[in-house]
Amino acid sequence: MAREVNSQQTPKGNPKGKVRSKLRAVARPDPEPGDDHEPLSDPLRRGDVDEWGRSESLRQLLRTVYDPIYQHWFRAEWEGLEHIPKAGGALLVANHAGAIPSDAPTIMHGIETELGRPLYGLADEMFKKLPVVNVYWQRLGGVQAHPDNAYRLLREQGQLVLTFPEGSKGPGKLYQERYKLRRFGRGGFVQIAMRAGVPIVPIAVVGAEESMPIVYRSNLLAKLTGMPYFPITANMLLLGPLGAVTYFPAKFKLRVLPPVTFDEPPDQPRYSRSRIMDTSEAIRQQIQDALHDMLRQRTSVWTG
Amino acid sequence: MGRRVLITGLGSFWGGRMAQALELDPDVDVIIGLDAREPTVALERTEYVRSDPSYSILSRIVRATKVDTIVHTFLVVDSTQMPARQVHEINVIGTMNLFAAAGQPGAEVKTVLVKSSTLVYGCTHRDPVWFAEDTPRSRPPRHRVERSLVEVESYVRDYAVDNPHVDVCMLRFSNVLGPDIVTPIAKALQLPVAPAVFGFDPRLQFVHEDDVIRALLYVLESGLTGIFNVAGDGLLPWSEIATICGKRRAYLPPVGTGLVTGGLSRLGIDLPPELVELLTYGRGVDNRRLVRAGFTYDYTTAGTVESFAQSQRLRSTVGDPEAYRYEQDVEQFFRHSPAVIRE
Repeated sequence: MAREVNSQQTPKGNPKGKVRSKLRAVARPDPEPGDDHEPLSDPLRRGDVDEWGRSESLRQLLRTVYDPIYQHWFRAEWEGLEHIPKAGGALLVANHAGAIPSDAPTIMHGIETELGRPLYGLADEMFKKLPVVNVYWQRLGGVQAHPDNAYRLLREQGQLVLTFPEGSKGPGKLYQERYKLRRFGRGGFVQIAMRAGVPIVPIAVVGAEESMPIVYRSNLLAKLTGMPYFPITANMLLLGPLGAVTYFPAKFKLRVLPPVTFDEPPDQPRYSRSRIMDTSEAIRQQIQDALHDMLRQRTSVWTG
Repeated sequence: MGRRVLITGLGSFWGGRMAQALELDPDVDVIIGLDAREPTVALERTEYVRSDPSYSILSRIVRATKVDTIVHTFLVVDSTQMPARQVHEINVIGTMNLFAAAGQPGAEVKTVLVKSSTLVYGCTHRDPVWFAEDTPRSRPPRHRVERSLVEVESYVRDYAVDNPHVDVCMLRFSNVLGPDIVTPIAKALQLPVAPAVFGFDPRLQFVHEDDVIRALLYVLESGLTGIFNVAGDGLLPWSEIATICGKRRAYLPPVGTGLVTGGLSRLGIDLPPELVELLTYGRGVDNRRLVRAGFTYDYTTAGTVESFAQSQRLRSTVGDPEAYRYEQDVEQFFRHSPAVIRE
């Protein structure tokens, strides 16, 4: 697979080294009407955190740190990357697995390095409540999964957005339930794609399940900590406390399926509930079938 | 015939500023300012009427003066200014009396402008990054100020529905900063260290005090109706705001924050619960509706914070500017005595 190394992947450049202080007039000299928020073009800014909370410098740093893991630990392998649009918004949906899901960073980093397009990852509101985690998660491209946020990213900013319709039910499942897709929520992801007028691109991921398998779920600890699930993983049993943050080197294979487009016009106040649920179920079935196909071909968890 | 304007809350920062701005407009014939407190800025021709805080004399004034425009600037959005009960009295009961007066038979009110706050959107971890004017709250209001403002807005809506011949406009202002205005955030940024909640770096949005007045005047001039968010472009992380103001951050614990702020308030450091929420989750509002209606901002969010920081640096060198003092007799003399020669 052709790899493009892109050091400057985002359209919004970081105005580091631009004029910083010594301002006489603070008032903006000539504001443009209808100016779409471009916070980083504001010369008065001192940091590089954009309105979504994303920081290019931190992302750059993490790309450097994470790339060896992506290349040599998970050895991620893609097929069907041509299905991801080169420009404009698209909603990517994938299956979700692993106690601390390893699929989200793999997909986000993978598409950014392979295609040079940054991804925003929608995540549960729970993330926004966790101290420290919420800051770094947002710095790296995480966005609260709210329909308004998704709409703005997809329709107004034409970005690629990743979401896991299974929600926390996906990564919370036990090892013996691996690769059995959970319910796709209430189809909200279909509705938002229809409203934003963008295609849905399904992605099937193999490998995340085995990178951090859950052997036991503690309902009591989940209740006490307020987390959606509290996993005891095989990694913890083998590696002790280190296992809480260490993945097994399962081979990652990712298959991008053909985009699903809609005939419905965008920006409608509501869409047919049955159409939404049918589409949601069809996409779930597509990913499930692709997973079965990929598992049929897989000869080893570790080498693929 | 020119406009006849009634301003509520003349003694407040906004009422005073608004009256000053309207005095410069030759098309405005009469400006009447209502408040329980005396004006805090020098006014040339605004008539000050002392009222009780909940404006029970309003209907008499509206009848007697035949005002055609009401600018309702007196909604309390800072819960540290006064006890909760008084906030309710001023915001809810005051607004109720205002609309009772403006809706009475014989009233000639044609324009009502209400200065509300983005506090009505609340602030929780479930919020979208931007609130548009029609985005609902994620949770029902928990704090007294927010609750009273939500209630006030429902009165405004009722009034607008009942009086279709009146142009009703409501502006929701984001956090205001500037050289002169005193708000809980401004006070927090004047502390030796900027308070922050550990593990959170929320993005905030500000609007400059001059843009607030400009927006109010713009709406009066252009006759806009409906609800508009008013906030500068861009969202800034709290860490960057503290940097611009030259402050280090001091952290409050993310759990049990209320206990700590309760203790701090005994020491005279007021961090109201709305502010703590804001310092945890932040809030952004979509300001594009007003921009599409033709308004242009002089300041971005970063520009607003920078302007505030500059004024703080000046203040730290030369001290507070001298405050105006209202002297009833002197004002009466200058306005009404035959001895004063007026052109």
